[in-house]
Amino acid sequence: MNSTAPDANAIEIASVEKQFLTRHGSVNALSRTDLQIRRGEFTVLLGPSGCGKTTLLRLIAGLETPSGGEIQIGGEPLWSAGRRDDDAVAHMGVVFQDPNLFPWLTILDNISLPLRLRGVPKKQRHQKARDLCKLVGIEGFESRWQSELSGGMRQRAAIARALCYEPEVLLMDEPFGALDAITRDAMNIELQRIWMATQKTIVLVTHSISEAVFLADRIVLLSPRPGRIEEIIDVPFPRPRDLSVQSLPEFLEIRERLRDRLEN
Amino acid sequence: MTDASKVTKSRDERRGWGVSLPPWLASLLLLLVLLAGWEGYVRLAEVNWFILPPPSVALQEWVEMLGTRKLWFHTWITVLETLLGFAFAVVIGVGFGAMMGKMRRVEQTLHPFVVATQVIPKIALVPLFIVWFGFGLTPKVVIAAVLAFFPILVNTTLGFKSVYRGHREVMLSLNSSRWQTITHLELPSALPYILTGMEMGIVLSIIGAVVGEFLGGSQGLGVLAVQEMNSFNTTALFGIIIHLSVVGFIFYALLVGCRRFLIPWHESVQVNAKK
Repeated sequence: MNSTAPDANAIEIASVEKQFLTRHGSVNALSRTDLQIRRGEFTVLLGPSGCGKTTLLRLIAGLETPSGGEIQIGGEPLWSAGRRDDDAVAHMGVVFQDPNLFPWLTILDNISLPLRLRGVPKKQRHQKARDLCKLVGIEGFESRWQSELSGGMRQRAAIARALCYEPEVLLMDEPFGALDAITRDAMNIELQRIWMATQKTIVLVTHSISEAVFLADRIVLLSPRPGRIEEIIDVPFPRPRDLSVQSLPEFLEIRERLRDRLEN
Repeated sequence: MTDASKVTKSRDERRGWGVSLPPWLASLLLLLVLLAGWEGYVRLAEVNWFILPPPSVALQEWVEMLGTRKLWFHTWITVLETLLGFAFAVVIGVGFGAMMGKMRRVEQTLHPFVVATQVIPKIALVPLFIVWFGFGLTPKVVIAAVLAFFPILVNTTLGFKSVYRGHREVMLSLNSSRWQTITHLELPSALPYILTGMEMGIVLSIIGAVVGEFLGGSQGLGVLAVQEMNSFNTTALFGIIIHLSVVGFIFYALLVGCRRFLIPWHESVQVNAKK
């Protein structure tokens, strides 16, 4: 169990590539990629559409099979002999662009669904879900249907669901992409707080430069055709960051640099 | 405040109603108007009651029938046939519908057969079922099942095919087993569709049972109707028709009640509940 070693990488990606077969032949979504993500790090995958950032995240989540290379989660290979390793997947929680809450479950039952699938008794899993509602700030909405919540609250519930079985890694695919700018800023601050409180490893996909610079320890910049890693940029601002970071000259400098790279 | 009330008032005036009626009351009023028209026509045009009795007389006949043991015995038989046939249709329809919705190849293989069973006029098979299964309950149960089967199958298939992709990915990211995916995602997701199929199916089940009784046998409301017709008692025939309508309505209402109880989260229920 080298996954408990303090200096181990949470995620190791070695020579991973992905081709999709379409009617018009094979499309190279991600060319040979190497990436290490450290335990507890907040990594943002940034790039324009078609750069393979979502593909890379889905490969890490085990939702896509790599065409080549190897992925390790917490030191365990994600795929062996064509089969997805259940233990490796259990280390990860996924938050999608859509909250994807089940409309037939209350918010409490939605959040505790992963525990239900693991056979945790009702009392315990509901207690855990209640605690998480507090953490993500949707206390008081436990017995509501998802249709009664706003977009931002639904996404909070989706984050709580991904956290409820205490995965070491949280994978987020443009989680706030569908929200308005003001809610989005608020959610970014919330996410930073949740991350600092839970000390998870987070990998977040976005196409918003400001969001990336605000949230990330490291930004992995990808570029399209074929999808590949262009550059990895460290973001040094101290935590917790608030929105005033966005007016620091260093922030603007990084943002301009990224904008230049994205436009070329 | 005054502005708002003015706006509401003018809207009501434009609609042409002094007061807006709740929909159930409007339905009831429409029914009464229709019945009054029927009653008036029969009385004023002096229609022979043997051809068309007035509704007041038919209703009175029905109420009198309710006091007899005979009616309740035959009702019990028809209800039993309907429910047995419907139960078979639900089990087989949901089972095959789930398989067809989940597995493309099964659907492609079975599809021509399903279409074939729909092209055949099933009522025409009733005499055949009587030849095969005799004059007892069995042929009626079979017909009730055959008629109700199709809408349940089609709707279940659609339900299983309509499971939202994003929900599937959630289950995939949670390492769910095949069985868990069925019980925690696919079945609840398809339930509104299944219930719609059942609502259509239950009505067809009653029709199947009664038609089966028309054509052979000695028990059931269909038999009772044929007996009354043979003795030229049109009023009693109308009494039985009213009775059958009420039975069918109760079955349907029970299923709609199930909808509220089983899928309170669904839009079809929430829209109704709010108004």
